Amino acid sequence: MELTNENVLGKIISEFGEANIWDAMNPDGIMTITTNRESIHGLIKYLRDDKELQISFLTTMAGIHYPGKGDQEMCMMYQLHSLRHNYRIRIKVYMPANDPVLPTMTDLYATANWMEREAFDFYGFKFTGHPNLTRILNIEEMEYHPMLKQYPLEDQTREDKINTYFGR
Amino acid sequence: MATENKTAELTELEQFRKDHGLAIKEERQLTTLNLGPTHPATHGIFQNILQMDGEIIVDAVPTIGYIHRAFEKIAERRPFYQITPLTDRMNYCSAPINNMGYHMTVEKLLGITVPKRAQYIRVIMMELARISDHLICNSILGVDSGAFTGFLYVMQEREHIYDIYEEVCGARLTTNMGRIGGMERDLSPKALHMIGEFLKRFPKVWAEFEKMLTRNRIFIDRTTDVGAISAERALSYGFTGPNLRAAGVDYDVRVMNPYSSYEDFDFEIPVGTKGDTYDRFLVRNEEVWQSLKIIEQAYKNLPEGSYHADAPHYYLPPKQDVYTSMEALIYHFKIVMGETDAPVGEVYHSVEGGNGELGFYLISDGGRTPYRLHFRRPCFIYYQAYTEMIKGGQLADAILTLSSLNVIAGELDG
Repeated sequence: MELTNENVLGKIISEFGEANIWDAMNPDGIMTITTNRESIHGLIKYLRDDKELQISFLTTMAGIHYPGKGDQEMCMMYQLHSLRHNYRIRIKVYMPANDPVLPTMTDLYATANWMEREAFDFYGFKFTGHPNLTRILNIEEMEYHPMLKQYPLEDQTREDKINTYFGR
Repeated sequence: MATENKTAELTELEQFRKDHGLAIKEERQLTTLNLGPTHPATHGIFQNILQMDGEIIVDAVPTIGYIHRAFEKIAERRPFYQITPLTDRMNYCSAPINNMGYHMTVEKLLGITVPKRAQYIRVIMMELARISDHLICNSILGVDSGAFTGFLYVMQEREHIYDIYEEVCGARLTTNMGRIGGMERDLSPKALHMIGEFLKRFPKVWAEFEKMLTRNRIFIDRTTDVGAISAERALSYGFTGPNLRAAGVDYDVRVMNPYSSYEDFDFEIPVGTKGDTYDRFLVRNEEVWQSLKIIEQAYKNLPEGSYHADAPHYYLPPKQDVYTSMEALIYHFKIVMGETDAPVGEVYHSVEGGNGELGFYLISDGGRTPYRLHFRRPCFIYYQAYTEMIKGGQLADAILTLSSLNVIAGELDG
C-alpha cells in the first residue's frame, strides 16, 4: 500500500476517533495532525507497530512556545518517518504552560531519551516515565528553561549597544 | 586520572553513582575513570565517566554541552540570512552542507526555485565537503589505532579542498557559503580549474590511503566487531548517515528525498553488514568514491545559466547596482537590515550531512526572523547510543568507536 496523507489520516481517525485527532494540515508536504496527551503514546505506538504503515523512525522532536495562548501555550512536535514507504508525518500536542506533562516515548524509541531531555532542558516539558529526566546541554544549576519566549536573548540591561538600530 | 576506590571514599562514590544512576556490582571492585572533557583522544570536548572492571568498561555516563552555544535561541532573533554563519559552526568539518541545507530550507519556505547551475554548484561543494568530512573521520580512526602516516598524507588533500572553498566563497573552515536563492558568485575559471585538478589528483591519494588500511591486518584486528550495533538498535536510536548504513540500512536522504538535483546523478549507496567500526570505515571510504563520481558528473555536465534565483527580496543585488540603481539600493538596505518579512509557514527540510540526516524545522510567523528553528543534529541523536556500544569492551576500543562514529562536538552541542 502506498501511503498518502488521505489514507494515513483515514486509518488514524478510524483507530483513534475524530475526538482525538484534529487540525490535519499539510504545510510543506508533510501531514501535520494534532492530538491530545492521552492519545499521543498510543498513536506513536500504533504508527510504529501497524503492519501497513510502518512509520517506525522517530526523526526529531521539538518544543514550541506560544506565549499567551492559554491551553495551547506549549507545543510538542514529533516528526516520524516511514523508511519503508518514505512517508513523513508530524504530530503536535498542545498543553498549558503550567502543566507541560507528557508521557515518555523512551519505551518505544531509544532515541527519545535525549530528545526528551533536550525538550525538558530548554522548555521545561516533563515526561512521565523517563528514566533520567535531567538537563542535558545547559548547566544543572540553571533555574529556568531558556528557550521560553519570555527570556530575552541578551541581557536587556546592557547599555553599550544601541539595539534599535539592529533590531536585537 | 584513574582513581582507585578506597574505603574512605566509598560513601561519596556511592552517592555519586546513585546520583548518576549507575549500576554497580558490589562483589567486584570497580575503577572510576574520567575520560575527558579535554582528552586528546576524544577529538572534541565531551566527558565520559567510565566504570571500569579492569580493562573492561562496565558502564559509562556521558556528559555533553561543553560548547553549547544556543543556536536555536540566537536564530529566533536574527534575520534569515544572518543564521547561515551559525550553521557553519555545527558540523565544522563539512560546513557547506550545513549552509546549503539551511538555504534550501528557507527557499522552501519562500517558494524560490533555484536554477540548475546553482543546484549543480551546490552539489559539487556539498560533495567536496562530504569528502573532507569522511577523510578526517577515517584518517583520525587510523591515528587512534596507531597509524599516523595516512592522516598527515590525506590532510594535505583537505587543504586543497579548503583552497577550493576559499576560491569559491573566500573562507576556509566556517564557510558561510552561498546565499538564500543560490550562490553568491559564479564558479570562477580558477575554481573550475582547481576542482578539475582535485578530481585528477585525489583518486590516487585516496587509493593509497585505502591500501594502507583496508587490508591491513593490524587495523582489521583492531576494528572488527568493535563498537558494533545492530540495524534494529541503530534505527531505534535514530542513527542516520554512514553509521546507519554500516549497520545495513540503505537510508540516504540524497536518494530518498532528492534535493538540489541529486536525482540527476548516478551513484551508489554503500552499506555494511555488522555495523562495527570496520564497516563504518569501509562505508565512509566507499562514500568518498561515490562523492567523487558525483562531482565528476556535475563538473562535466555543469549547465549554463544563472547561479542564483531571481528573488530580489531575498537575494542581495550586485554591488555595482547598489551604487547606481534605486531599486537595488532599496533591496540591499532592506535585506542587510533584515527588514524583509518572510511568509507564514512551517517547513522541514533535510539534507544528507556528513554524519546523517541534517534536518531544519522552521516555523515562520511572518516576521523578519524565524519563530522557531530547530536543528536535527545527527551527532546529538546518535551519540546517546555510545554507552550501549562500548559496554563490555575495552577502553582502547571505546576510543576507536568514538572516532568511527565521527562525533563532532559542535554538532553534538548545537
